[in-house]
Amino acid sequence: MLLLPPAELLRFALGAVTGHRLRSALSVLGVGIGVAAVVLLTSLGEGTRQYIVAQFSQFGTNLLAINPGKVKTMGVPGVFGGTTHLLTPQDAEALRRLPGVEAVIPVAMGQGRVEFGGRGRSVYIYGVNHELPRAWGVGTAQGSFLPPLDAGRRASLAVLGPKLAREIFGTDSPLGQRIRIGSESLVVIGVMEPKGQLLGFDLDDTAYIPVGTAMGLFNLAELQEIDLLASTSEGIPALADQIKATLMARHRGEEDFTLTTQTEMLEVFGRVIGIVTLAVTAIAAISLVVGAMGILTVLWISVHERTAEIGLLRALGVDGPTVQALFFLEAVLLAVGGGVGGLAFGVLVQAVLRMIVPGLPLATPPEAVGAALLMTLAVGAAAGVLPARKAASLDPIEALRAE
Amino acid sequence: MIELQGVWRTYPVGEGVVHALRDVSLAIAPGEHVALIGPSGSGKSTLLHILGCLDRPSQGRYCLEGRDVGTLSEAERSLLRRTRIGFVFQFFHLLPRLTAQGNVELPMLFAGVPREARRTRAAEVLASVGLLPRAAHRPDQLSGGERQRVAIARAVVMNPAMVLADEPTGNLDRASAQEVMGVLEAMNRQGLTLVVVTHDPILAARAKRVVHLSDGMLADAPAGEG
Repeated sequence: MLLLPPAELLRFALGAVTGHRLRSALSVLGVGIGVAAVVLLTSLGEGTRQYIVAQFSQFGTNLLAINPGKVKTMGVPGVFGGTTHLLTPQDAEALRRLPGVEAVIPVAMGQGRVEFGGRGRSVYIYGVNHELPRAWGVGTAQGSFLPPLDAGRRASLAVLGPKLAREIFGTDSPLGQRIRIGSESLVVIGVMEPKGQLLGFDLDDTAYIPVGTAMGLFNLAELQEIDLLASTSEGIPALADQIKATLMARHRGEEDFTLTTQTEMLEVFGRVIGIVTLAVTAIAAISLVVGAMGILTVLWISVHERTAEIGLLRALGVDGPTVQALFFLEAVLLAVGGGVGGLAFGVLVQAVLRMIVPGLPLATPPEAVGAALLMTLAVGAAAGVLPARKAASLDPIEALRAE
Repeated sequence: MIELQGVWRTYPVGEGVVHALRDVSLAIAPGEHVALIGPSGSGKSTLLHILGCLDRPSQGRYCLEGRDVGTLSEAERSLLRRTRIGFVFQFFHLLPRLTAQGNVELPMLFAGVPREARRTRAAEVLASVGLLPRAAHRPDQLSGGERQRVAIARAVVMNPAMVLADEPTGNLDRASAQEVMGVLEAMNRQGLTLVVVTHDPILAARAKRVVHLSDGMLADAPAGEG
């Protein structure tokens, strides 16, 4: 039966914990490192997720992508089912007629060397159409983008990314100049605004040419992708069904393509990163278990060392349950101390990391912080049970004899 | 006040039993000063533990202030120790992390006495053992005699019916021992029942009554007329 107010017991336990400064500090450190690791790793995971979401949504969330081939969970593609139908610029044009479609961009890309005068640079070359600026939300800094062309028609025109233009033309205007890409000679009609990188692809270090030209240049029989911009995000599910129906009608009833919406893509990414974060955090949580062992050991030693104190308390009429509560509380105090310390350390390390590596994606999810602190409470409680029981079960007479 | 009737205490050791106390009967009146002497292994510590409600007789009755301790639960005996009995040990058993004041407050802390009342009472008791100026010192800043006086203050702070002192001067030099016994005897003169366990005949001779223990058996011999 606890006679004294819990606050007084807490004060007494705190005194006992701080009485052994070094030993308590070391066991607190064990838990602290665990908590700091959990906080840092979840922050990194959450930061990465937010970074990727931001990267994707810079193109708007109304984008849909169609890729050739059906992603299936089973079966061998192409063995049964006869011919596969190619995804063509004509397919893209057919989709343009659907209601709710804002823009359609057939995409055929490849790597090629862009040459002018004595200079050249190997870059990604996108075969697209005139609607790309609207769908991706980019404009031209100089000149204009590709003009509207009939599906699959070639035209000897090119628009350069700002970095590519700078690398090849320096400070001169590239407008009206003829560049060579492979066997093609193309007139530069525009330079894009800077857009930055998407997951490591430098969108500024590219050239845009008409999709028909690109297919000829890279000897492609079909498109790699059709990008669609829906006019409203609410209409996307219905639009997706219509797209499927239209393409299947054109492909003799076969669904030999894959339609991905932006939201789906984000969900998949979010899930993958979530799993990775969870796995890494679980590994970090192992260090919390190690920290718990540290507390257990320290308290076990403490019970041995303070046998005389326990004996005295019993002689003073303090009952077993109170002694048990006391040692249990000490374990929880050590763990919570570690939790708070680790949290502070984790936040500090993040601040330092941000200063050293400004671009590092870090975001501390509040629920992870809460979970880590709850976990330390659990760790302390788990580590405290055995020593506290031992302390309470000591024979007062034997305990008094110890000194 | 204290009445032991035919008390036995036996411990099983291996196959056999050890008789720590054999048929001990003893009565101690309130305000008495009793010395319990005997060689080591004579059972004086066991008797002290039984008197202090830390242990129970295997056989026989122990009545403290009219209550049969043998029939009490652990919680009830804890209550008795807390309120009616003060202990003084050979090795002081002070908590090194607490000040003299903190050590004296300890029994009151665990009895749930409010902080202000603890302060006042501890200061009062420390003053009565002449250590008020040392109240803020920790045990390692005190001499042996001072430590034992802090322990005595702690033993009496709850106003117990009796103080049980186990070799209270066994770890002290002669001067400190005089000082400590002086404090205990002064309290005894004010009505505190005092039971001192010792193997030192000089110390025992200061008591009004000496109880000899040998092989767990009692040889009651009055020392002086009291």
